[in-house]
Amino acid sequence: MTLHLEIVTPERLAYEDDVDMVLVPGIDGELGILPHHTPLVSLLGVGELEIRKGGTSESFAIAGGFLQVRPDKVVVMAETADLASDIDLAKAEEARREAERAIESGFHEGADLSAARAQLQQALIRIRVAERRHREGPRHRG
Amino acid sequence: MPSQREIRRRIGSARNIKQITRAMQFVAASKLRRAQESTLATRPYREKLDEVLADLAAVIGDEEHPLLAGRDLDANHSRLLVIMTSDRGLAGALNTNTVRFAAREITEHPGDLKVVPVGRKGRDAMRRARVPIAAYFEGFGERPTFADILPVARLVADDFVAGQYDRVDVIYPRFVSTLVQKPVMEQLLPIVPSEDTAGIPGGQFLFEPNPAAFLEAVLPRYVATRLYAAVLETTASFFSSQMVAMKNATENAEELIEDLTLSYNKVRQANITREMVEIASGAQAR
Repeated sequence: MTLHLEIVTPERLAYEDDVDMVLVPGIDGELGILPHHTPLVSLLGVGELEIRKGGTSESFAIAGGFLQVRPDKVVVMAETADLASDIDLAKAEEARREAERAIESGFHEGADLSAARAQLQQALIRIRVAERRHREGPRHRG
Repeated sequence: MPSQREIRRRIGSARNIKQITRAMQFVAASKLRRAQESTLATRPYREKLDEVLADLAAVIGDEEHPLLAGRDLDANHSRLLVIMTSDRGLAGALNTNTVRFAAREITEHPGDLKVVPVGRKGRDAMRRARVPIAAYFEGFGERPTFADILPVARLVADDFVAGQYDRVDVIYPRFVSTLVQKPVMEQLLPIVPSEDTAGIPGGQFLFEPNPAAFLEAVLPRYVATRLYAAVLETTASFFSSQMVAMKNATENAEELIEDLTLSYNKVRQANITREMVEIASGAQAR
């Protein structure tokens, strides 16, 4: 029994395949979803989404959005979704520095500050996901 | 009759124009392909979002949310129109048609109405017509991203929730085919949940953290997604309209070159004939 997973963003269909299990950053902590899960709709946090399939695993850095779970199907609707191996580490570092500068500079109105914080969070998660990938390479499980 | 040199100069400039319009035609064609692809690529997200909203509607029922609540639309309700055009011209009648469509909507429903033009052409037209502009956004170039549209969505949703407007519509040129782009108006707020909920097992979903908080997070995204789709349609319409306009311009230039070449040959022949007559009559006179 497998689970059909789709990851969509407003800009594209990022992933579609049958998988064994998916670990998703929910709004109140991580959710592990196996086939035959209760129908569920949840908000997503910012974090790492892990896909396990046939002994291998893949990661996406995702931010914002929500998740729809049906017994045989999971749809992740994220604002952004980047496959770990596609993340440009240098660019993410750059984004982090920029966001930090924006926060430190102190000149903002409410919306700007929260936007900068969100950007920082997103940059950090990208870096974390990408660094782990680079260190370990694609993981294989027995 | 213009001189030979004058005609040659005009042929030269028509050739230059033709080169430019032809290049623009091909550039627009390739950008159109990309714009069409990105329009298609957003479809899965939009469909899923509709699905989730329908699930929600089944659970929440008539629970009030500021973005869903229909208000009393009496005669003097206030409206906001988001009008999408391109920043640049040279795209045939595309922007003119969109603006004319918007103008009709504005004159037929007078009263309290403001506009938010997205794209320079729309702003210029609204300014000329002295329609009050609530905000203005520059167009988003050749490859609009979802992040580009978020400020527009935030502004529209915030002002609506604050009660500044009772209804928000978006007007944009819908991409029907390469040859046809049709300006359309869609209601953005209050949100009209799609009727098409058949086959969706409503009521059996768990919502985390809870349906109300979920709705709170989903609705602004829904507005942004609708606006994003409209921006992409506008981009696709712009390039297809530009492609067709430039194709026509190229053909016109070709026709012009042909006509000019014909009159050039006529003038040249006339000159030769005249010279021969002059030589012949000169020889006779001797």
